[in-house]
Amino acid sequence: MGGHGSERAGDGRDGEAAALCPACGEPLEPYDRFCEACGRAARADDGGHVETELPGRAAGVSDTGLARDRNEDALAMAAVPRTRTVCAVVCDGVAAAPGSDRAARVAADTGTAALVERLEAGDGPEKATRAALDRASRAVADLAAGHRNPPACTYVSAVVEPRSVTVGWVGDSRAYWISCRGDRGSLLLTRDDSWADLMISRRAMSEPAARADPRAHLLTGWLGSAAAAFAPHAATFRPKGPGAVLVCSDGLWNHLPDAATLEEAARAAAGRDDGLLDVARGLVQAALDGGGHDNVTVALIPYPPLPYPPLPPRSTDPDPPDEPPREPLR
Amino acid sequence: MSDLPEFSIRVDHNPYLPAGGRETHAIVTVTAAGTGTDAGTDASVPASPATEAAEVIIIDASGSMSYSGKMAAAKRAAKAALNVLRDGVRFAVVAGANQPRMIYPKGRRLVAADASTRRAAADAVSRLDAAGGTAIGSWLRLADELFAGHQDAVRHAILLTDGKNQHETEAELDAALAQCSGNFVCDSRGVGTDWNVAELRKISSALLGTFLDVPDPKDLEADFREMTAAAMGKRVTDVVLRVWTPQHAELRFLKQMVPVVEDLTGRRTGTGMIGDYPVGAWGNEEREYHLCVEVPAGDIGRQMRAAWVKVVLPGGAGEPAERELAAGNVLIEWTDDEAKSTRINARVAHHTGQSELADAIQEGLEARRAGDEETATARLGRAVVLAGEVGNEQIAGLLDRVVEVVDEGSGTVRLRQDVSKADEMSLDTRSVRTVRTLDRGGQDGHPRTRATRPTAGEEA
Repeated sequence: MGGHGSERAGDGRDGEAAALCPACGEPLEPYDRFCEACGRAARADDGGHVETELPGRAAGVSDTGLARDRNEDALAMAAVPRTRTVCAVVCDGVAAAPGSDRAARVAADTGTAALVERLEAGDGPEKATRAALDRASRAVADLAAGHRNPPACTYVSAVVEPRSVTVGWVGDSRAYWISCRGDRGSLLLTRDDSWADLMISRRAMSEPAARADPRAHLLTGWLGSAAAAFAPHAATFRPKGPGAVLVCSDGLWNHLPDAATLEEAARAAAGRDDGLLDVARGLVQAALDGGGHDNVTVALIPYPPLPYPPLPPRSTDPDPPDEPPREPLR
Repeated sequence: MSDLPEFSIRVDHNPYLPAGGRETHAIVTVTAAGTGTDAGTDASVPASPATEAAEVIIIDASGSMSYSGKMAAAKRAAKAALNVLRDGVRFAVVAGANQPRMIYPKGRRLVAADASTRRAAADAVSRLDAAGGTAIGSWLRLADELFAGHQDAVRHAILLTDGKNQHETEAELDAALAQCSGNFVCDSRGVGTDWNVAELRKISSALLGTFLDVPDPKDLEADFREMTAAAMGKRVTDVVLRVWTPQHAELRFLKQMVPVVEDLTGRRTGTGMIGDYPVGAWGNEEREYHLCVEVPAGDIGRQMRAAWVKVVLPGGAGEPAERELAAGNVLIEWTDDEAKSTRINARVAHHTGQSELADAIQEGLEARRAGDEETATARLGRAVVLAGEVGNEQIAGLLDRVVEVVDEGSGTVRLRQDVSKADEMSLDTRSVRTVRTLDRGGQDGHPRTRATRPTAGEEA
């Protein structure tokens, strides 16, 4: 479908704009598939496969993968027309803690809403990124009531502005820069909060040994009620030429770990004149072809962001949750 | 209370409705699990000390208790209950007659259980004499007064009586129940055969407790021990079941089905789309509820959330914020595939049968008492059929003592003429005690549930 995450996207009037139930017109809760007024399904059952798109500006795909029962990753994206900014958030629920799918959903939606709100209010991208991380963290901590093993998730955000890219993260979901210049300029923009990265940064182990260790994937940071684990990171990067920012859960990078491999896979997926969404689909498929043992989520934002007015809306898709952005507003 | 059980909700139903279908039935199973001790299994295991508890034992000390060894048995039972109280539990023992009086402690308050207070209470119970009448409402009001100020504790009372509530009016009892309802949970026991089943049913229902007949006084001791141990196993109190239904939908009924049939529909607080239903105190246990919702009809292919059930712990003095402990969805979809929409969920069928069984027994016994043999024969015959279908062997056995079964399949029965009072009361009392859904043998065409259908909602 194309629903999850895109309902807020593109509107950006006040950062709180919610989609409305197509049946009764009441606002929809971002993480709820059913209208909380009339009860009708306002978004289709995605069966664990979610596709979302802001045409020309961003596209994302999330899939349950081949080995898991359900998709505990979440993806949200939004555009802020006034500052010509596009942002995306990917969260990965910690499978061992019940309710983490909801934690991921809440974190991605809260983070995206906060990014839009802060950017609209005039905050710089790094300040907005940290504010969004804080708010997402509190929203996930609020889910902890009554849980012995409270829900938790990772978080990675990208804010793509006309002259810079800002990423924010906690946990082991990643952001990459994918260069379009064929100059081997693609690179990893984040550093995982994981056991392997901790060992590497302490120079306690070589990178191959740390990555191969069974403990490699243990998280050393996450969003959840254990506040001690919350040490968010933010970084800003100025690309030298055109490209795209890719944010993803470990379901993707497990199979395509380095930036050059991802760039190749993206190039292969792009084909002749396919759109962004096709590239995202192709990357997810590459992870599934590689084994797909975890949920796989990827979002792509081209750099520099498209100028406004945007591409004309596609007319083939009448389903309201798939509605393309309604800009320009100003 | 940091030691909350981990609650979970499971929903079983046929999600498919035919074109124009509006009514959906679901069985909602609520499970509380955790590291605390299992309720009522072993009295010697100390329960979680994290949960405060308050216990009031109310013993009928009316004159009739002095016959048939009832008073001696009640004393032994009360002492057995005292022995199960863990250290630190606030408790009192009350004797009931025309007026209630404090047996232990002397003043109107609760005291903390320890070796010396338990012994002193047991000594006071030994000296208890039976005299006077029965005014249960006044006894409950005293318990209510004793529990006041212990709002953070799991508040539980045991009520033992052997007689009808003759020394106060029904209105007085009702007023007392209205006052006490929600303030504490009360398990009731009737000993002998002179008490009134409907009366104890009303009391235990209003106070969210169990009630049972104890025909033989010598069984009281084990029963009290078990009941108190179960109370000690409760780890969270004042739990609420919250049910959301869509706009223009109607919650037709919400019945607790396991452990006993209890219609909660009328207990709703809150208006509009969200209703709260009190479900009392919980230890490690599982209860099942039958929920029926009527929604506006939807188009073929349309999906809808017909209900959203949550376990909620309202805020209190220690923890002001309300907490949501579990949630479950009743999702439905309209289909033109008759093979899907006409299927009946086996657990819904099972509980529909058990609910009808309880009604058939109560109506049959009522007719029998009124001398309407025709209705009694028809209703009790129906009960025989239903007891067979749902596999409730205990009730089938009790029915056997009240009617002579000529043909179980068709429900042809003859009323027995020489029914003992104890057997009749036992059947009446236990009519609401259900058996869990039969999972063995698979869900398909289980012969025991074959003929049972939801009473409504099969209109195509």
